[in-house]
Amino acid sequence: MRVGVVTFPGSLDDVDAARAVRVAGGEAVPLWHGDEDLRGVDAVVLPGGFSYGDYLRCGAIARFAPVMREIVRLAGPPDQARPGLPVLGICNGFQVLCESHLLPGALIRNDHRKFVCRDQRLRVERTSTAWTNQYQDGEEIVIPLKNGEGGFVADDAVLDRIEGEGRVAFRYLDGNPNGSYRDIAGISNASGTVVGLMPHPEHAVDPLFGPDVAADGQPGTDGLRFFTSVLKAVLAA
Amino acid sequence: MGRVVIDVMPKPEILDPQGKAVAGALARLGFSEFGAARQGKRFELEVDGQVTEEVLARAREAATTLLSNPVIEDVVRVVPADAAPADGATSGGGPA
Repeated sequence: MRVGVVTFPGSLDDVDAARAVRVAGGEAVPLWHGDEDLRGVDAVVLPGGFSYGDYLRCGAIARFAPVMREIVRLAGPPDQARPGLPVLGICNGFQVLCESHLLPGALIRNDHRKFVCRDQRLRVERTSTAWTNQYQDGEEIVIPLKNGEGGFVADDAVLDRIEGEGRVAFRYLDGNPNGSYRDIAGISNASGTVVGLMPHPEHAVDPLFGPDVAADGQPGTDGLRFFTSVLKAVLAA
Repeated sequence: MGRVVIDVMPKPEILDPQGKAVAGALARLGFSEFGAARQGKRFELEVDGQVTEEVLARAREAATTLLSNPVIEDVVRVVPADAAPADGATSGGGPA
């Protein structure tokens, strides 16, 4: 099972994402932003960071990287029912997915204008995706959140549509950390193959280094099942 | 050498945190006659030769492809530089 992890100039969390893939039992395949092909990978992770320095808009320049052409082609249009290449966009990767029109909406500066870095509680609202099938519907998880431009916005018609179609994958709990409309932390395409979220599951795959939620009886590894989910989804496809 | 000026603004219905910060700072500095503020972007693109209609058409294409995100921003102006004085004395040009 080969999961590609893209490195753009300015990517930050590609190494952790690759490690999370390996911890879950997959093979992590490094992909460079200038690559024209995807080396036969079964799925792709667009990691967090500050691609191209966040110049212009977050993700706006990364969208036009050579590697993105093939990812966009294989992922397919966001509303198509037929599953395409599974793609997970984390933080900056989520911004790249929105700029690429693989997911609707956009991410803007946090409403309070400060960078936020904390362990964040989320509710998993869609488990019929390639990246969340190992969670329970409505399950609450805690994974790190760290962003300056994580406010998810879209017009009301788009918000109503993605909510009506059950495409909201994650919602913030215990307070909205960045002004995201309707507390949306992550969304998915129609088929559930493409998922984007601001929080970082790849930073919550090790008991010693994940969120400090031991008091809740959780080991701090709530992010690991993103990566076991995609291995299962690829096997089933 | 010609130059095209492109102005991009956040959509009115989208929250503009930077504009809010500017409005707050203005009020603190005593510029009390100003209420809300919104912050946009100005791009200046250089071309060899004159700014023709074809050049403007290409600039509009660049403005909607790369320079703005239609989900959150509007391209409010695409004009030759001489129609957009940098000294701010007048506000030439209409919506693109």
